[in-house]
Amino acid sequence: MNPGNVMVRLGILLALIVGSIIYLLPVVWPEDSKPSFLGENPIHLGLDLRGGTHLLFTVDVDKGVEANLARTGEELAREARAESIPVTVTHEGMTLTAKLEAADKREAFDAMISSRFPTLEMMPGDASLDQVRLTFTKRDVEQIKRWAVEQSLETIRNRIDQFGVAEPTIQRQGTNDIVVQLPGVQDPQRAKQLIGKTAVLEFRLVSDGGKEPTDKLTAAQPTAGAPTEYMLEKRVLMSGTAVADARMRPATQLEGPYVELILSDSGARDFEALTGENVGRNLAIVLDGKVFSAPVIRERIGGGRASITGSFDIKEARDLAIVLRAGALPAPIRIIEERTVGPSLGRDSIRQGILSLALGGLLVVVFMVWYYRGAGVLADVALALNVLFLMALLAAFGATLTLPGIAGIVLTMGMAVDANVLINERMREELRLGKTPRAALEAGYERAWAAIRDSNITTFVSGLILFQFGSGPVKGFAVTLCIGIITTVFTAVFATRVYYDLRLSQRRLARLSV
Amino acid sequence: MAEPRTKKSPRAGAADTEKVASPAARQDLNFRTILPRNLSIDFVGKRHIFVILSTILNLLAIALFFIRPLNYGVDFTGGTSIRVRFAEPTTASAVRDDLDNLDLRDLTVQDFGDQGREFLLRFEIKEGEEMNSVSQTLSTLFNDKRGEGKFEILSVESVGPKVGADLRRQGFLAVLVATVFMGIYIALRFEFSFGLGAVIALVHDVLITVGALMLTQYAFDLTTLAALLTVIGFSVHDTIIISDRVRENLRRNPKADLAAVINQSINETLSRTLLTTGTALFVLIALFFLGGMGLQPFAFTLLIGLITGTYSTIYIAAPVVLLWSKSSRLAKS
Repeated sequence: MNPGNVMVRLGILLALIVGSIIYLLPVVWPEDSKPSFLGENPIHLGLDLRGGTHLLFTVDVDKGVEANLARTGEELAREARAESIPVTVTHEGMTLTAKLEAADKREAFDAMISSRFPTLEMMPGDASLDQVRLTFTKRDVEQIKRWAVEQSLETIRNRIDQFGVAEPTIQRQGTNDIVVQLPGVQDPQRAKQLIGKTAVLEFRLVSDGGKEPTDKLTAAQPTAGAPTEYMLEKRVLMSGTAVADARMRPATQLEGPYVELILSDSGARDFEALTGENVGRNLAIVLDGKVFSAPVIRERIGGGRASITGSFDIKEARDLAIVLRAGALPAPIRIIEERTVGPSLGRDSIRQGILSLALGGLLVVVFMVWYYRGAGVLADVALALNVLFLMALLAAFGATLTLPGIAGIVLTMGMAVDANVLINERMREELRLGKTPRAALEAGYERAWAAIRDSNITTFVSGLILFQFGSGPVKGFAVTLCIGIITTVFTAVFATRVYYDLRLSQRRLARLSV
Repeated sequence: MAEPRTKKSPRAGAADTEKVASPAARQDLNFRTILPRNLSIDFVGKRHIFVILSTILNLLAIALFFIRPLNYGVDFTGGTSIRVRFAEPTTASAVRDDLDNLDLRDLTVQDFGDQGREFLLRFEIKEGEEMNSVSQTLSTLFNDKRGEGKFEILSVESVGPKVGADLRRQGFLAVLVATVFMGIYIALRFEFSFGLGAVIALVHDVLITVGALMLTQYAFDLTTLAALLTVIGFSVHDTIIISDRVRENLRRNPKADLAAVINQSINETLSRTLLTTGTALFVLIALFFLGGMGLQPFAFTLLIGLITGTYSTIYIAAPVVLLWSKSSRLAKS
């Protein structure tokens, strides 16, 4: 080995050590006296350590498609009436049934569908002239499903933003699932309700016994003096899309906190028109299929404001305002997996993890020095560097440290010495064969390498498989395992060799202390 | 390079005298050891006893599948598990009484340490039941029965049945893929018989470890599965170290008796095997006792896996290599 080469390697090693230490300093430096050149704390703790909630939602895309079909049906009926084609459209699952009052309008009706409703197609097997059954084309169904998931993601993101959670993670998983991670949330129950609420808002008239098709809905909360069930016309006069803003209003002397809706310009016009046409009737405000109130329309209401009252507390009213502002979910969503860790359990886990890391590490360190003396000290230095680099790399990759991740570090410490044991045992063997320290050193490193390489590759691959398969905490373990193998090979083989070569280049290696 | 290297005989031996130091340059050889020098234990000769023993243990593990199956965690079965800590010590049956009215399906209450303060509640999710309402109900209930602030819900894990089934399938697949990959890798880097030996040793290790989990009824969840996959990695790790030495010794002495070479190789690497396994045992024992209840199944799995992984290299992988080479030699002649 020529000395220049050694100096280059020494330089690389020192640069990495100094770089890692500076990078990791913010982890231990107290926040209040931290100098400005130190960055943010780069180590992200997983939910299992800092506490928080991990939720997996699945979007019921089929329901989303059905809801979309129902809306398209309403639109179809409106447009047809505007073209003076009298028709009633009923919706059932994945079918719209359009009943024409006059069979001679059929041609005009068909023309309207093909020109303005390209997503609809006629279902086979219709014989009669005055009745058409319609559904979405296959391609459109797929598109609506995709849109439903994307839109849900967007809506959930909006709601969480407004709810105010630091560093949330909202991601799509698979085709129809959405992962939501909320670190440090104190009240996971409330967060779950906020996210999971479909928030479909409808303004519908209470039936006056006319010929409009009706259905029966229940009241949101039982209130004194109000019915528990309502017969409502199926027709939706206005929906949540007309809402531009929603605000929680504090309690007054007459009633509790309520939510005020501020309508968009077109929403305000529609609202003025519909209230004008229906003076004297009851207008029901329906949220997610539950009737919140059904006041009598006393006069035409201008100004684009409406309110939702009910017996809310302040939190409920605030959350309701958030969901109305962020918009409705295009499809119902359901929680299929939940993992919540309270803050105290996370603290306990960190303490226990560090304790076992310290004790296990100490045993290994002491044993190595006792057994290998000089080479043992060197292996221990390599071990310390190993943990340093491992933490720095974890931070640099933006990986999160989880409880199994800490276990991975503990395990890495236990296994990391293996490479040095292999090298040292080999050097002893070569010395026993009567070699010079220098020859024994070279043979030791060279011959141990094949075994070190092959054995670490296989462990690395099992780590990769784990990463591919695992979720959350297990991924954290896989990441530490894989990074730990890289840093182990680097520190145990490359770094320790720098030391020996440095000694060699100064011609000061008279004996090997192994 | 200062030292010229003889490329023809890469393996050093007593033969390459050029590198042997003059007596003056020799250093003292009084290393600290845990094993006597020139150790020669007859591992290979006693293999039949251990192969029979291992076979019996494996059959017992398979029998356990039917008698005392794995205690799958909610990760794999679906369901809810809630860890709760009370301010005052109590008993599992008292907690169970508290929950009586809720009519939770398949409820189990497990004492989770901390002098009777911590408990793990586990129950199934009813078909169509809203998952998010359960922890709320529990909070209200304990508030009622134990008083406000007298309890704390430490963690909630709730997994839908479909997710659980998916995870179970994927977990099984991961173990299978890992095992097959290891076999292929070793067969390519060494010889087919080594790969076969490693795979059979892996199956053995997985069976023994899973058997130990069935016996102790530690929860088998995602974290335990991670430990099991790590066991596979480490078991192969150990097999490779010895295989590497066997290959090296065979190269130096191609005509030697395979059984003798394997035995020599195991002896030569024995101190390394004991040292590495020993240091890993140190940290695992520390993790087992100090890492907290959450990591105990994980540490236990690795402990058992490490021991059986070390054992199986010597008594499973090596005999398979011997058996294969014997039968292929017979086939050739």
